[in-house]
Amino acid sequence: MRRVALLALLAHWRRRPGQLATLLIGIALATALWSAVQAINVEARASYDRAATVLGPDRYETLSDPSGAIALETFIALRRGGWLVSPVLQGRFVSGDIPVQIVGLEMLTAPSGAVPITPASEGEINPLEMISSPGLGFAAPETIALLESSDNLPPLQPNEFVPPSQIVMDIGIAERLLDRQGQMSFLMVLPEQPLKQTALSEISPDLVLNSAEQQADLARLTNSFHLNLTAFGMLSFVVGLFIVHGAIGLAFEQRRGTFRTLRALGLPARDLMLILVIELLVLAMLAGAIGIAIGYAIAGALLPDVAATLDGLYGAQVPGILSFSPAWALAALAFAIFGALVAAGQGLWRVQSMPLLASAQSRAWATVSAVSLRRQAMVGAILIVAGIASIWLFDGLLAGFALLAGLLLGSALLLPAALATVLSIGASTSRNAEGQWFWADTRQQLPGLSLALMALLLALAANIGVSTMVGSFRLTFTGWLDQRLASELYVTVTNAAESDRFETWLNGRVDAVLPIISVDSEIEGITGEIYGVVDHETYRENWPILVSRQGVWDDLATGNSALINEQLAYREDLSVGDPVSLGPGWTLPVAGIYSDYGNPTGQVMVSLELLESRYPDRPRLSFGLRTDEPEALAATLRDEFGPDALRIVDQATIKNFSLRVFERTFTVTTALNVLTLSVAAFAMLTALLTLANLRLPQLAPVWALGMTRKRLMQLELLRSLALAALTFIFAVPVGLALAWSLLAVVNVEAFGWRLPMHVFPTQWLVLLLLALAAALIAAALPARRLARTGPASFLKVFAVER
Amino acid sequence: MNANVLSGLVMLLACSATVHAQGFAGLGTEAEGFTVPTPDRKFEFPQDHGAHPTYRIEWWYLTSNLKGDDGRNYGIQWTLFRSALAPTEQDGWQNPQLWMGHAGLTTPDKHFHAERLARGGIGQAGVSIEPFTAFIDDWSLKSLSPADDAFDNLSVTATGSDFSYRLSLKATGPLVLQGDQGYSVKSSAGQASYYYSQPFLEVSGTLKLPDGEVSVSGQGWLDREWSSQPLSETQTGWDWVSLHFDSGEKLMGFRLRDRQADPFTSATWIGSDGTPFPLSDGKLILTPLAQSKVEGRSVPTSWRVEVPEKSIDVQIAAVNPQSWMSVSFPYWEGPVSIKGSHSGVGYLEMTGYRPE
Repeated sequence: MRRVALLALLAHWRRRPGQLATLLIGIALATALWSAVQAINVEARASYDRAATVLGPDRYETLSDPSGAIALETFIALRRGGWLVSPVLQGRFVSGDIPVQIVGLEMLTAPSGAVPITPASEGEINPLEMISSPGLGFAAPETIALLESSDNLPPLQPNEFVPPSQIVMDIGIAERLLDRQGQMSFLMVLPEQPLKQTALSEISPDLVLNSAEQQADLARLTNSFHLNLTAFGMLSFVVGLFIVHGAIGLAFEQRRGTFRTLRALGLPARDLMLILVIELLVLAMLAGAIGIAIGYAIAGALLPDVAATLDGLYGAQVPGILSFSPAWALAALAFAIFGALVAAGQGLWRVQSMPLLASAQSRAWATVSAVSLRRQAMVGAILIVAGIASIWLFDGLLAGFALLAGLLLGSALLLPAALATVLSIGASTSRNAEGQWFWADTRQQLPGLSLALMALLLALAANIGVSTMVGSFRLTFTGWLDQRLASELYVTVTNAAESDRFETWLNGRVDAVLPIISVDSEIEGITGEIYGVVDHETYRENWPILVSRQGVWDDLATGNSALINEQLAYREDLSVGDPVSLGPGWTLPVAGIYSDYGNPTGQVMVSLELLESRYPDRPRLSFGLRTDEPEALAATLRDEFGPDALRIVDQATIKNFSLRVFERTFTVTTALNVLTLSVAAFAMLTALLTLANLRLPQLAPVWALGMTRKRLMQLELLRSLALAALTFIFAVPVGLALAWSLLAVVNVEAFGWRLPMHVFPTQWLVLLLLALAAALIAAALPARRLARTGPASFLKVFAVER
Repeated sequence: MNANVLSGLVMLLACSATVHAQGFAGLGTEAEGFTVPTPDRKFEFPQDHGAHPTYRIEWWYLTSNLKGDDGRNYGIQWTLFRSALAPTEQDGWQNPQLWMGHAGLTTPDKHFHAERLARGGIGQAGVSIEPFTAFIDDWSLKSLSPADDAFDNLSVTATGSDFSYRLSLKATGPLVLQGDQGYSVKSSAGQASYYYSQPFLEVSGTLKLPDGEVSVSGQGWLDREWSSQPLSETQTGWDWVSLHFDSGEKLMGFRLRDRQADPFTSATWIGSDGTPFPLSDGKLILTPLAQSKVEGRSVPTSWRVEVPEKSIDVQIAAVNPQSWMSVSFPYWEGPVSIKGSHSGVGYLEMTGYRPE
């Protein structure tokens, strides 16, 4: 019996392959976007974890020589003086035309955390091969793939613990490769030192002990970014579920007759349910698998941009190549099944509670009464209010996303009621019969279309919100770059010994020399940077101050106050006049706050004299130069000091680079935006297709009254356009509210800066056209079908009880 | 024989943990290109106090049983190992000689240890002959006497993160050649090493412990050994003793455990005037008496030591059963007390005990 029942139910799909496709595509799309986002998140997080486990040389205290490299003899003197230090030689090396960073380590003395060799990577490494020519290098698999053709490097072994674009090898091999025999860039100081050792000043007074570089907690920093992606994934998933809901609802409605017959033949309701659930599970798994494949492809395509974003924003190195994780695939599949069950819940419940002798006639399944419309609107309003209230109820990003979720879901729920109101106003203004029928019929269809329209609203609002945010950011960011990068040339002296000569040489050759020194310090207990700057018109005129007290630059010049960046101000809740702690026993009042986009850490500016008096050993290595002829000056400098002694970057290059990073940052967002919008268009298509089949009885009388099929088709298209346009109008304020909460709440929490909001009406116009196009495309197929429906079919409505 | 984890260094560099299948810490691997010990070699001093880079492994191994002015028993170990990846010497990082230092300090209730590693060719570790100095980082074993009698007067120092010691050592007897004139056989298949000792050292100095400094004095034993393949492939580890009897006589003995055969034993009884009396396979009987749980392993820290030929039948027991050297290739090494037919103090070393 069950077998027969199953076959009878499955026969439905054979008769309607289109519906089956819709269902499968719906689940697959929902799963695809969700799982793509998850795959990206998983990949990125895994790489942070790897970065955290392979500590790398910079996680240790180090000894360095400010004037350059450390000699082998100094290293030996330190070891023989009881200092447990291990040498690191780093350098840039160009292989073919691909630049890589060479990291030479001494594997015997290096702390185990600095060596990227793990128990898993052991095995066939021959130590003799590693230390004698040509040596052995360890690099990430993708780095090896890039370098495949180059033959000037030692043989490379894949090692996933080595960051991208880096090759780790024995220091003896590295010094030959870099042609820096007997040199070391710095020495790692092992955490555990012997009971007694010779004083550093006795061995080598030139060496400076640097505290371990506080690795920014990548997981924490990037959390907001991943949350953003997750939110997008979730949104797509919800939109996808609308499609599934529509397709399953339709399938269930159309099979009411079959259900009744099977039940009448003696199939227990429980068995029927069981069969339906199994059918659903099989479909969900099938579609889920397709979705995972699509998701994997999308993630693979987006990952390089995500990697660039993470690198640009947070300095987090994420490989641009996706690895397949079975756990991820299983989770995505589970999510697909969960989603399908949720979407089918209503349908299943109806089958369960269907009276045995109920009419087998299918009806427009989502008939929503005015009462339930009002109830839904109430829930929507409550959600919006709750979202706004969450700003005060929760802290941090959670509040931001609660606000976003409340706004989006609340407005989606409000949408049908709002549309119904507009449509009844439309009906009341309409004078002729056709117009009145049009409005009334549109309203009548609203319940069936409302889910698709809600999906469209979500997609449109998200689109408006995100593009407003990105646009505002871009506008602010470019303006800020112009202010901040006021010097024409930026020069870093790579050899501290040359610093004085450089400064003297510049005398009279440029309009102004603006030396900058920087130190890492515990700012309010968390490692940040302190910059020392000179008092100059360049800063006074250009520096992007957000808020300051009177005479801020005079104040700064006297060394009695500090400027802090916006991030620090938000993080520590500092305002102008508050004291800020710049390290042990050093506190200054805040004279002003400046914007500092793209910097994840806290930053402080003080006068150069003050910082130099605090850190007398710190050489002046960075300079901003004001000149009218930056290109000529750069060329002269290169001639005078040699190509390697100075690193010269001109303003335009930095600007271009920054803007490029910025654009890449939002590539992912834009891509996801477009994808979400396509999913929404597809949802609308499904809904319209569903309705088209059920609407014949409603259209037949109108046709019988003399309206041509062509006119009917035109009205169908018009209706679809009208609904999309109305939804768009409704989406604009929602999108702006979304943009505001992104700029003023989420960004502040995620990045530590607040951006002014700019509005871009031309973008809306484009979006409106897109939405109308989507609606037109979605309506075209059902409308065409209507136009081609034979008069016989219309007539049948009156002749046969369907 | 104080053989140890030498080639462990090699493996450490390769970070391989799979070497145990081939003898302890890779000691049982083939000697490609390295010089292999032969029976009739004449020792030449002071040259032989120095390094022999054409041999794969070598060590300078000092143990000492000490009594503190606080009345407690102490033991110290100072070892410099050399392990060669290839039988050559050269300047710079590409030098294939690797060095490892181990220092241990045992009290009745604590055991301190430290390890140092270094590459050859750069001056971080090595051995010089005139004056004799064996060093790694700030640790050293230095001679204060002319090179010809380098081991007559020595000073030794080592520092860990929680202990240090500085001792001076004076010889009261001659150097002793182990085995057949210094040719010490390690298996029935003929694996062998060159091995000589200075077991007559009078030791005094200071130990620095977390609780403060202790002045100590006692006896020391310095071993020198080099080889290219001291173990056969099936030998998995060894138990080694060096015993100072109160009578002034000494005993060095070891037992090499074999996966496929009975253990191989070898020993040297040393008269109080330094005359060695080699004892071939089977003449020394080592029987575990009691096991201690050490770092998840069951290790025999008390033994019955019998040499019927010399009427020796003693029980030795660890001063501190937890004398575990938790270094790159861990082993047990610590002072023992002797009871039975003879009394005295000594050192026990056990390698190749696997976690259970």
